[in-house]
Amino acid sequence: MPAALRVTELRKRYGGFEALRGVSLEIAPGEVVGLLGPNGAGKSTLAKIAAGLVRPSAGSAEVAGHPAGSAGARAAVGYLAELFRFPAWMGADELLRLHQRLSGSDGGERERAELLELVGLGHAARVRVGEMSKGMQQRLGIAQALVGSPRLLLLDEPTSALDPAGRRVVRELLEGIRERGIAVLLSSHLLGEVERVCDSVAILLAGEVVARGRPAELARPRGVEIETDAGVRVIAGAGREDVPRLVEEAVARGERVYAVRPLQSTLEDAYLEAVGEGQE
Amino acid sequence: MRGAWTIVGYAFAESLRRRVVVVVFALTLAFLALYALGVHFAFAEVERSEFVFAELVEERALVGGTLLGLAMFAVLFLGAVLVVFLTNGVVRGDAESGLLQPLVVRPVGRGTLLVARYLGAAAAGVAYVLVVYMLAVLITGTLGDWSPDRPLGPGLALALAVAVVAALSVLASVQLAATAQGIAVFMLFGAGLVGGLLGQIGEALGSGTLERIAEVASVALPFEALYQYSLHLLTESTSGLTEVVIRLGPFGGAEDRGAGLVAYALAYVAVVMAVAVALFRRRDL
Repeated sequence: MPAALRVTELRKRYGGFEALRGVSLEIAPGEVVGLLGPNGAGKSTLAKIAAGLVRPSAGSAEVAGHPAGSAGARAAVGYLAELFRFPAWMGADELLRLHQRLSGSDGGERERAELLELVGLGHAARVRVGEMSKGMQQRLGIAQALVGSPRLLLLDEPTSALDPAGRRVVRELLEGIRERGIAVLLSSHLLGEVERVCDSVAILLAGEVVARGRPAELARPRGVEIETDAGVRVIAGAGREDVPRLVEEAVARGERVYAVRPLQSTLEDAYLEAVGEGQE
Repeated sequence: MRGAWTIVGYAFAESLRRRVVVVVFALTLAFLALYALGVHFAFAEVERSEFVFAELVEERALVGGTLLGLAMFAVLFLGAVLVVFLTNGVVRGDAESGLLQPLVVRPVGRGTLLVARYLGAAAAGVAYVLVVYMLAVLITGTLGDWSPDRPLGPGLALALAVAVVAALSVLASVQLAATAQGIAVFMLFGAGLVGGLLGQIGEALGSGTLERIAEVASVALPFEALYQYSLHLLTESTSGLTEVVIRLGPFGGAEDRGAGLVAYALAYVAVVMAVAVALFRRRDL
């Protein structure tokens, strides 16, 4: 089975600004990948190229084995932009029906009801978009992106307008999507969210992938903190296996040991390390 | 094809639900009421007074044709306003607001999407023009007891003129933001009308230069030529002194451009839309 998304040496230039500088990335079928990076790093551009909305300047992008932007690729992709709008006059069910027709889905009423239920809008099938809160619209956007059971779901900041409860709904939703075998490229600023739901993470900086791996791999051990009557100190480079030796040494020095904690860097630490402390 | 018809239906439904439709509907009602009033009093005057050249000039044809000719200009203008608003921001404007991207991502294809959007808006504009024009014909026939010999032809020429304006508006929407698009298309509309007027003045003065300018304008912007053709069709069967007198009014520009103009206008729409699609395909969203 071909990769859900494969981009190779992808470049995109807008006038004098190079948004992507040779990005290579692969997402396996069913894999949930988090795309992190500061504003202007190229996350949205990458998602838009995969969705066929933006043409790359160089390199290639394939969705489910089809060149991005081709009819085959568009049939395999679901996309929710960071900034999107649906016609205010349309009802939720009406909007999903429109997208079913456009995507050639024959899921009918059952698929629409299931998707609305999945995003917690089962009660709002007839509610017009113009009467919905931003959070409801965002969830409707996710349902819209899932119409036709895409192989690859591109979500660009899908929780930016949601309150904590809404974010939790989306997190659970992503777990459900993973179970359906749909690959996801999730662009987000919310590191905790990415850490919780993503199988792997790519960090973009100035149009380049500067880090890639599983959240646990990126979050490396960063020392052991030991608290004695002499104070608290961090022994950099030490790991969990060094704890007995460090305690013995402290006791040998006549110190009274109160606590010992192996320190693990978080994804946030890895992110800040990759993009630099000065970046958001 | 299913996706294309879905977009046509979507565009048509959107046309009907936009607030501008209510405004155009209200303006149309006001226009038709005023028109009915004008027709009523004009023909009442025809009944009352004795026309000096009554034996030489068909009074009802003169009054009815002149009034309907003026009404057709109003129908063309209102139809143009409608299609410009219906196609306002369909590409760049909708892309900037995020309405377009969810549709473009679907497997329909950009070319089909744009042509379908055009067809939806043009269908609404054409239907509007035909209905309002036929209502004007009905009012003239009922209140003035005068009808054009072949009433449908002028309406179809007017409808095609509005379809041309819609195509230009879609093309402008690919490159321009919504406000700039509206301004640009109305300026083109005005330029086309001025071109037609220059032709009339040139004909009256015998100025070949002005007539050439009008000719170039009618090739570049054929909606004005279609309007003149529709005026010609309206009074096609009028002859003698009636024809001479009627041409002193708004029919001064009426010209028999024949079926060639219709073919040219259809080809023009096809070329404009082909350019719009080519530009749309190259646009990053």
